[in-house]
Amino acid sequence: MSPVRRKGEQRRQAPATTDAVRFVDERLGISPLLRAAMKYIFPDHWSFLFGEIALYSFLALVATGVYLALFFDPSVAPVVYGGSYAPLQGAHITQAYNSTLDIVFNVPAGLLIRQTHHWAALVFVVAIVIHLMRVFFTGAFRKPRDVNWLIGVTLVTLAIVEGFAGYSLPDDLLSGMGLAIGYSVLLAVPVVGGQLGLLLWDGPFPGSGAFVDRLFIAHVFILPAVLATLIAVHLAIIMRQKHSQFPGPGRTEENVVGTPLWPAYMLRALGMMTATLAMLFLLGGLVQVNPIWQYGPYEPYLGTNGAQPDWYMGWLIGALRLMPGFDLTIGRATIAPNPFFGGILFPAVVFGVLYLWPAAERRITKDFARHDLLQRPRDAPARTALGAAFFTWIFTIFMAGAADRLLVSIGFPYAGQVWFFRVLAVVAPMVVFAFTLRLCRELAASEATPLREWEGAVVAQAGDGRYQALEVAPAEGHPEREPVHGPPRRPEW
Amino acid sequence: MARGRAGPGEEEALSSRSPRGELVVAGALVAASGCALAFVLVYAFDGADTQLLGLSIGLCLAFLSVAAVVAGTRVVDQSKAVEERPRLVKEPLEREVTELALAAGDGVSRRRLLAGAAGVAGASVTAAAAVPLASLGPGNVAAKLEASPWRRGVRLVDVHGAPVSAGELEIGSYLTAVAEGADPRSLGASVVVVRIAAAEVQSHPEWAPEGIMAYSKICTHAACAVALFRYPTYEPTADPPALVCPCHYSTFDVRKGAEVIFGPAGRPLPQLPLSIDAQGMLVAAGGYSAPIGPAWWGVRRT
Repeated sequence: MSPVRRKGEQRRQAPATTDAVRFVDERLGISPLLRAAMKYIFPDHWSFLFGEIALYSFLALVATGVYLALFFDPSVAPVVYGGSYAPLQGAHITQAYNSTLDIVFNVPAGLLIRQTHHWAALVFVVAIVIHLMRVFFTGAFRKPRDVNWLIGVTLVTLAIVEGFAGYSLPDDLLSGMGLAIGYSVLLAVPVVGGQLGLLLWDGPFPGSGAFVDRLFIAHVFILPAVLATLIAVHLAIIMRQKHSQFPGPGRTEENVVGTPLWPAYMLRALGMMTATLAMLFLLGGLVQVNPIWQYGPYEPYLGTNGAQPDWYMGWLIGALRLMPGFDLTIGRATIAPNPFFGGILFPAVVFGVLYLWPAAERRITKDFARHDLLQRPRDAPARTALGAAFFTWIFTIFMAGAADRLLVSIGFPYAGQVWFFRVLAVVAPMVVFAFTLRLCRELAASEATPLREWEGAVVAQAGDGRYQALEVAPAEGHPEREPVHGPPRRPEW
Repeated sequence: MARGRAGPGEEEALSSRSPRGELVVAGALVAASGCALAFVLVYAFDGADTQLLGLSIGLCLAFLSVAAVVAGTRVVDQSKAVEERPRLVKEPLEREVTELALAAGDGVSRRRLLAGAAGVAGASVTAAAAVPLASLGPGNVAAKLEASPWRRGVRLVDVHGAPVSAGELEIGSYLTAVAEGADPRSLGASVVVVRIAAAEVQSHPEWAPEGIMAYSKICTHAACAVALFRYPTYEPTADPPALVCPCHYSTFDVRKGAEVIFGPAGRPLPQLPLSIDAQGMLVAAGGYSAPIGPAWWGVRRT
């Protein structure tokens, strides 16, 4: 770390740094690039950090995942368990489950790494989803960032698939039950569902050994490679366009105001990264997650009550559960099996809305301009209200996915809950829409006219230190009047 | 460094620096090293206890974070800067690129013909390249998905391979059985066997000797094992005896041929007709009453 220089003081000679820069420059000639990178400006705002948390979680996932892959064996070869976990001794299990148990009980630090990997996956998707909402509610998806929005929506889709593939690998009871549902959803694809299911599983469920190989390759190679590539493109586009920023003193559509990467922001980002990793490792070491040894091995004829997927699958489970019981048929032929609605149509609508939103908003508002300054949610009441309603809709259905746990914890009958959530999924978004719209308008109005409905005198401190009433309150009919010593029109966020 | 400073002065930026910050950073770095060392020691000498490992590496990273954040906000230069945003569109250049792109067609008279032919060629080549994928299968979809080992006379065995005796099943009991000699993992193999009072059976009593019935254990909704059996053990009750799937709580009334009475399943569980052989063991009296497992496009309902 280079020492801080006071004004006018000579910089200390640092031959090592000089030599290092020279070494790189003589070979690559990238000083212009390095200068641009070091001077890159990050606008400071807490809400910009969620994307960073997602990025650091991804790094944790890759690092812990590589370690796990050294020990995990994706094989359905039958094994009689003879390891150190007594309750399962003598059980007929697969090598995949056996090697996972081995990671848990016999590999030193294996359980820490496995649980950290699992927690990192949970946090990864949380961070992406919150980041997505931040981008949505601040209008950061508008031109020129619409392309990056599309990449971001693709990333969240892939992250969910990747997470599902990951917890499906150990071949414990929970992963098997999840795969059975995944298989059924795939079978429900219109026209080619049966073919797709048989192709992917290499035969009818539970499929052949080839399926586990495919799942493994998808989880440790194909999906991570695609995710890493898209993350790199996502970041490269941000660097090219430079960060968006909230409006504020000195901030325009033409500039970026904030902290340069080198050195202050670099250190803060490093702090954020180590804080994220610290949280993940503390969770991994201290908070049990996905205890596959308690679940036991999977057989298609085994199932258990109260099985819950990882949180990011909850909205799909909820949708599957809320559907009334019918298959769409023509005569005796099935056209759309029930899981089509909750497992395919619902996520297709959700991701479709997300993908199409920037283009749709441009059309509807006729705003084709470039926007590098962000909006606060209140600045676009219609978008904010629609978005809030949309996310409420998904969240209500997500909660329905936990109805069996709610039954256990609060005793509300399951069948009653299904009806409750069916109604709530329709009513809650409408209420939230109306409320949010009103709230945004009130906030915007109170800012534009801070003195409306206000009575009294403006008191201010005069130059000699005395307080005095400066002016009578504006009478009704002058609501637009600015306060004499009011807050600045645009507070800094 | 002096170029591009933001308006709100360097004074302020410098004043947020604290001389104690450097000591805090150094202290945090030392603490992080200590925790890292503790991690190594726990790994080597304490049997790699998961909690202690997580605590030591987690605290190590937390101290590193403190060091980096304090250094980034209290030690190094805090001045803000302004950078001009790059102008993405440079109009003359954009026009030039457009001209270049269009120049490709200069002097070509049958543009549409050529473009059309190229499109057709592209589509044909893609189709030809995709054809070998058909080698993967899947062949006769319905035959594969509906496959079942049950024939008339196949014995029911429990998951350990022992035949199921009709006499051992009490009213209200529940058992998982598979087809003798079949792979128990195949979806068609497993059935749930339940016994209710013979008088309660309302559908196909001839398939349910002594009130003993067998249904496919694979839910017709999403292929989970129908692992719950609800049998009223007290009177009176409004709830009929039913099989319940723990994944999405589809509920099947066993008196009425596993008709769906709650939940998302779109069709009943296929029933396996039963009979009792000369030794009093349960055997299949035929195949399933309908295709087993989750539905797909075109599956025939009965």
